[in-house]
Amino acid sequence: MNADALIQAVKDRFPQGVIASHCYRGDATVLLGREVLPEVARTLKTDPAFQMNFLMDLTAVDFSAFGTRPSPAFFNSSGVGMGPRPQIPDQDPWPGPPGPARFLVVYHFFSLPLKHRLRLEVPLDEADLEVDSLTSLWAGANWLEREVWDMFGIRFRGHPDLKRILMYEEFVGHPLRKDYPVNKRQPLIGPRN
Amino acid sequence: MDTPQTPPGGPGELETRDMLLNVGPAHPAMHGIVRIVVKLDGEQVEDADVEIGYLHRGFEKMAETVDYNGVMPYTDRLNYVSPLINNMGYCMAVEKLLGLSVPKRCHYIRVILSEISRITDHLTCVGAGAMELGAFTVFLYMIKAREYLWELVEMVTGARLTVSFCRVGGVKSDLPEGFAERCGQALRETRKVLTEVDRLLTRNRIFVDRMSGTGTISAEDAISHGITGPFLRGSGVAYDVRKECPYSVYDQMDFDVPIGTRGDNLDRYMVRMEEMEQSMRIIEQALRQIPPGPILAGSETGRPMAASEMVDQGKIGNIRSIADTRAVTDPTLEGAARPQHPSIAAGEKRVFLPPKEDTYGNIEGLMQHFKLVMYGHGVRPPKGEVYFPVEGANGELGFYVVSDGGNTPYRVRVRPPCFAIMSALPKLLVGDMMADVTPTFGSVNMIGGELDR
Repeated sequence: MNADALIQAVKDRFPQGVIASHCYRGDATVLLGREVLPEVARTLKTDPAFQMNFLMDLTAVDFSAFGTRPSPAFFNSSGVGMGPRPQIPDQDPWPGPPGPARFLVVYHFFSLPLKHRLRLEVPLDEADLEVDSLTSLWAGANWLEREVWDMFGIRFRGHPDLKRILMYEEFVGHPLRKDYPVNKRQPLIGPRN
Repeated sequence: MDTPQTPPGGPGELETRDMLLNVGPAHPAMHGIVRIVVKLDGEQVEDADVEIGYLHRGFEKMAETVDYNGVMPYTDRLNYVSPLINNMGYCMAVEKLLGLSVPKRCHYIRVILSEISRITDHLTCVGAGAMELGAFTVFLYMIKAREYLWELVEMVTGARLTVSFCRVGGVKSDLPEGFAERCGQALRETRKVLTEVDRLLTRNRIFVDRMSGTGTISAEDAISHGITGPFLRGSGVAYDVRKECPYSVYDQMDFDVPIGTRGDNLDRYMVRMEEMEQSMRIIEQALRQIPPGPILAGSETGRPMAASEMVDQGKIGNIRSIADTRAVTDPTLEGAARPQHPSIAAGEKRVFLPPKEDTYGNIEGLMQHFKLVMYGHGVRPPKGEVYFPVEGANGELGFYVVSDGGNTPYRVRVRPPCFAIMSALPKLLVGDMMADVTPTFGSVNMIGGELDR
């Protein structure tokens, strides 16, 4: 299915779960509420219309600093902005960050038999950073969700062993959040005996 | 955990316990740095736990602090044995975000160098894997072949390993003169090495006994873990991003995708050996199909003068002495002169630097350079998000780039192919013996830079 047909098929199946959708630069993207995520994921994997057998990537984005970083240039308009090129008409513009939600959990699916890709995004509020785990459907989700927990602090309900994967156990904080400064020091830990 | 098992023969037999053995983080048989804790019953591996993150350098966090072209050296250091593929993947993702298309010759240059990088990666993987099984000669032969290819890469980019060759909107410089002959020579030498290695290993009783039947994974398990690349193809699934979702000029190349049948280490070794041959086929086709570069000799008029000297004369107002001169730029900028510029750069002045003759020679070039390089200025893609997958040496290498319209990327996510493979490592190790950990781990081709970023 091409990108638009894919988005339409997801919207037809789950009309109340889909918050928004777009097809910016040809990537089919659907924003979902987190309650319908497990059902949608199961449908995507098992339904013959989708057959998404690959969970390619599972990551998150922290939108708290979107568009707010001050430009260090002298004048505010000093940057060179690139507008969209005429040969790729921008009839499907990017809708922007997901409203009041701070985090967005992003899933990339790929179907090998049908050769189509879909991106699912689940907006999450800072107060309630939990979403269901997909480890029961795709084994690769295990480590990917551990990395999102490590880097962003988003919990996955039903994950068999949610612990840090890239950072060490005594690390304080979640590094990829926008309020974690790049050069922050960590408390020293002594040798483990 | 380690409960003593009741001996079957009754009293008088020995009591056994399971043993926890820690392999790593620093271990001579581990490529890169990873810790595997195996629970052994004698020589059988009962359970395994993999701990990664020892080479985590914060690529994704650092990418948010530098501008779009500044991320390039960071991408080199991801999969550091095939840096050009990472460069290309990142550049193509940002170009998709910008909606930019690069000239045809630039596509071919990127494809040729990517395939050379892929061959070096497979040479390193197979060579190191064979060395750990005792075939030291094979390792040296493959490193020799890798040297020829690295000399080729150095001829084009100036560096052997951390090349930073691609730019958003093009490449750094055009192919030098004599590249096609040198490339043909290097590929001939590599083919000789591969034939030699094939004769040494493929029907070698010890090698085959150690590699076949070990580290087996079924296709369904591999797909469930998200494994792609030679690892998946060894299990019989023909998924290659260059064929299924072709990008750049791969749809005009004729090459085969080798697949295995049993999903064990021997199949993966055969897949990698065959893929090297297919990569060489792609390089030869690309060198035949590449659109010709500009003819350089005799195209510029004027007395040659070093660019810095020209600038100095101009600054003090001595413009009559620089009236009919042309700027001669530094040898490190060879291949990026004004006549070659249209074949290496997308013609979008808001993205790609001007040729140095224009930077030093006229005010428009200077302004273009300033607007792209100075702190706070730079390429500013429109707000949006893209995901672009390329075929890395280990599998699908995807870049997910989010832009907020500023001069630094808002989020750069690398989908590392060997992350998925390492997550399946416990499944691969359980059931085999301790000595099978070495060939299995060798065939995983874990590159620490890519796994931990």
